[in-house]
Amino acid sequence: MATLPLSRPDAPPASPQPPDIVQKLDAIWGERSDLRGWFSTVDHKTIGIRYIVTAFAFLLIGGVEALIMRIQLARPGATVLSPEQYNQLFSMHGVTMIFLYSLPMLSGFSNYLWPLMLGSRDMAYPRLNALSYWIFLASGLFLYISFPFGQAPNSGWFNYVPQAGRDQNPGMNIDIYALGLTFFGISTTVGSVNFIVTLLRMRAPGMSVNRLPILVWGTLTASVANIFAVPAVSLASVLLWLDRNAGTHFFDVSGGGQPMLWQHLFWLFGHPWVYALVLPAMGIVSDALPIHCRRPLVGYTPVAMATVATMVVGLGVWVHHMFAVGAPPLALSFFSAASFVIAIPSTVALFAWIGTIATGRVQVTTPFLFFAGFIMLFVIGGVSGVMTASVALDWQLTDTYFVVAHLHYVLLGINLFPVIGGIYHWFPKVTGRMMSERLGHWSFWTIFVGFNLAFFPMHVLGLYGMPRRVWTYPAGMGFDLPNAIISGGAFILAIGILLFLINVIKSATSGPRAGPDPWAGSTLEWSIPSPPPSFNFAVIPLLASRHPLWEDHLKKSEERTIFDSGFLLDEGKETLAVTPLDGQPSVILKMPGDSLLPGLLAAALFVFFVGLLVRSDWLSTTAGAAVAIVLVMWFQPTKQPQDQERVRVYA
Amino acid sequence: MPEARTIDDTLPIHGRGQVGTPWWGMLCLIATEGSIFAYLIFAYAYLGSQGLGSWPPNGPPDLKLAVPATLLLVGSSFVLEWGKRAANRGDRERGLFGVGAALLLGGAFVALELFEWSTKPFALPDNSYSSIYFMLTGTHLVHVVVGLFALLVLFIWTFDGRVQGAHVQHRALATLYWHFVDIVWLFVFTTIYLSPRLT
Repeated sequence: MATLPLSRPDAPPASPQPPDIVQKLDAIWGERSDLRGWFSTVDHKTIGIRYIVTAFAFLLIGGVEALIMRIQLARPGATVLSPEQYNQLFSMHGVTMIFLYSLPMLSGFSNYLWPLMLGSRDMAYPRLNALSYWIFLASGLFLYISFPFGQAPNSGWFNYVPQAGRDQNPGMNIDIYALGLTFFGISTTVGSVNFIVTLLRMRAPGMSVNRLPILVWGTLTASVANIFAVPAVSLASVLLWLDRNAGTHFFDVSGGGQPMLWQHLFWLFGHPWVYALVLPAMGIVSDALPIHCRRPLVGYTPVAMATVATMVVGLGVWVHHMFAVGAPPLALSFFSAASFVIAIPSTVALFAWIGTIATGRVQVTTPFLFFAGFIMLFVIGGVSGVMTASVALDWQLTDTYFVVAHLHYVLLGINLFPVIGGIYHWFPKVTGRMMSERLGHWSFWTIFVGFNLAFFPMHVLGLYGMPRRVWTYPAGMGFDLPNAIISGGAFILAIGILLFLINVIKSATSGPRAGPDPWAGSTLEWSIPSPPPSFNFAVIPLLASRHPLWEDHLKKSEERTIFDSGFLLDEGKETLAVTPLDGQPSVILKMPGDSLLPGLLAAALFVFFVGLLVRSDWLSTTAGAAVAIVLVMWFQPTKQPQDQERVRVYA
Repeated sequence: MPEARTIDDTLPIHGRGQVGTPWWGMLCLIATEGSIFAYLIFAYAYLGSQGLGSWPPNGPPDLKLAVPATLLLVGSSFVLEWGKRAANRGDRERGLFGVGAALLLGGAFVALELFEWSTKPFALPDNSYSSIYFMLTGTHLVHVVVGLFALLVLFIWTFDGRVQGAHVQHRALATLYWHFVDIVWLFVFTTIYLSPRLT
């Protein structure tokens, strides 16, 4: 397939924005500008930005925790931290990065981009969308209230029993972990439901499943997995809380309980979750990288199938986290083989990106640098993943720094690099302004060098035998130099993140104006003004291909996506729903207006969990009643439902 | 010059019948809640297969209360479905009767279950069997109570006219959730009461 010219010769076929219609739709869809409007908005774009900003704040908090640990570990025998402080720091670092940064950041991207990419005016459940954000924020605060009191979770992010049991851990630390994770799980679940139903219904006419952007495939796959996987960790947390507070014996051997049950339930969730943290990020690369290579993604269909296949296999390999706990040889062989299989779909995606770069006309923009850097880290993390999937090697490497290196390459490398590249890529769409390329290149190289200095030597440390989760180490074991390099690299990485942050703040206020389509992109979000209007699309587009904005360059067929006439839907807050598979117009949806209910429900749930934490029956019962009242108000019918409506079109 | 206009075609609002956007959301909720029960049953089987000694420690639990309770709960689903269909046709009285009868049958199930709990010779903290027994039946009981609450709200809204003949989707959601709660009970019943009798 031919590559595209470097810049678009003709003006992009943008959506029409007739002033009278824009004014009318904006009055219907716009937010109130007062304080009440701030708390009650259900606009997916506002919620998406809040998700991204909040998740980034947690990334900074988790990063500062890491830096403090790296000061402690920079030289042998240091005593900057006590062992207990170190336990809390590495536990909260893991919990923060895995739960409060990685997935919420990707949810933010998808919340913002899905309706714009799919040609819709909103997500399927706008109020549920707001609820998932407020619960994410409230559960993050819940997990962090304990920190100043020295009562933060202290048994690692996977929180193994019996270390996490009442006998060995009598404080409130683990109760905060158990309740906080259950609380957070509600946010993930309602968010996932929203994505799934949005995909089924909220697409522009003609947006059939083989025209979906890969980011949509990634988030959809992750959401389906979350629906089935999150209950495992929520249940495990509740059982642990009961073991600690009601004297049950689920994990406690003294009454017939099984510590291994925790590991099974945790990894039944935890393994699919690590794919939930990377598949949408890989989707960001699959959608944005081709634009900077001026050609469509190589192998769209194999990449989409690989996304789904990764998750399907990923749901069945949880035992590879448990090779060292003593499983039967048959189980070890099966789960080892299944884990190797994951390399196949990952490699399909990898070759698609490499092929796209090799056959494209590359423009070395900042987003391109981050995506190319991501591909390199993906290879290193993938190779060390194949190594740990081997039982014999895993027995040697378990609980050493090799595993720490691997998980940082896959989670931070496959999540953080696409996320920052994606922010550079979509920043002009969100703010209407370009980011500085000069500062962008600086931030990339600093982050890339810092990242590899910080995490590559960990492989070596692991092979030397340094265990993970130790607060210090003796001198003269070969650990000194690698640790010093790692700590230095961590600070360089932090400086790179700081440069990125400066770029964001500077560009948001004084960057050059971007226009609707600065990269000459291919997908629907680039057809509307930057920043997008409150209603997204004045006229719902009618799709004819996978690359609606590149049709003139790519093929000579007669079919063209129609932007300038079609469904108008301006009689109230409404949008179009389509049939799930082939995307034909089927229903007009009346969307709910702004509402305080999501915030109130999250607040009531917060009080409920605080009540459980301090074991106040009175508090949790009252809050539970408040939850019920808000739910009744949520579902309350307002009037006789309208049956059908004449369609308003713009033609 | 294009302009905005109304055409003669119409599209339904929110979908015809019960399958609207909320229906899909309820199916997702049921999938995720069903998973909770799948993991609970997994935990039951895991604790039973890994523990030492007999499982359950006191032999299979008695069916004397569980079988009638099962019949009440399954029966309530049929009554509710009958009432829902009548209400969808515009028969308000039968609709109210269906919801009311399901409320009573479900309430009776809760009463029987609580009574059975009180007759048990063991308590929650005794051992891993007692823990998982109360956890599995208790999680189901919480779902029944939530379902009863939804039915009660539906009853009141139907009674005072806020939910009327055309509010098909409100009835569909409450009914679907109630069917889910009842079907899950069959899995719980099979796990707790029938599986120990297989050996």
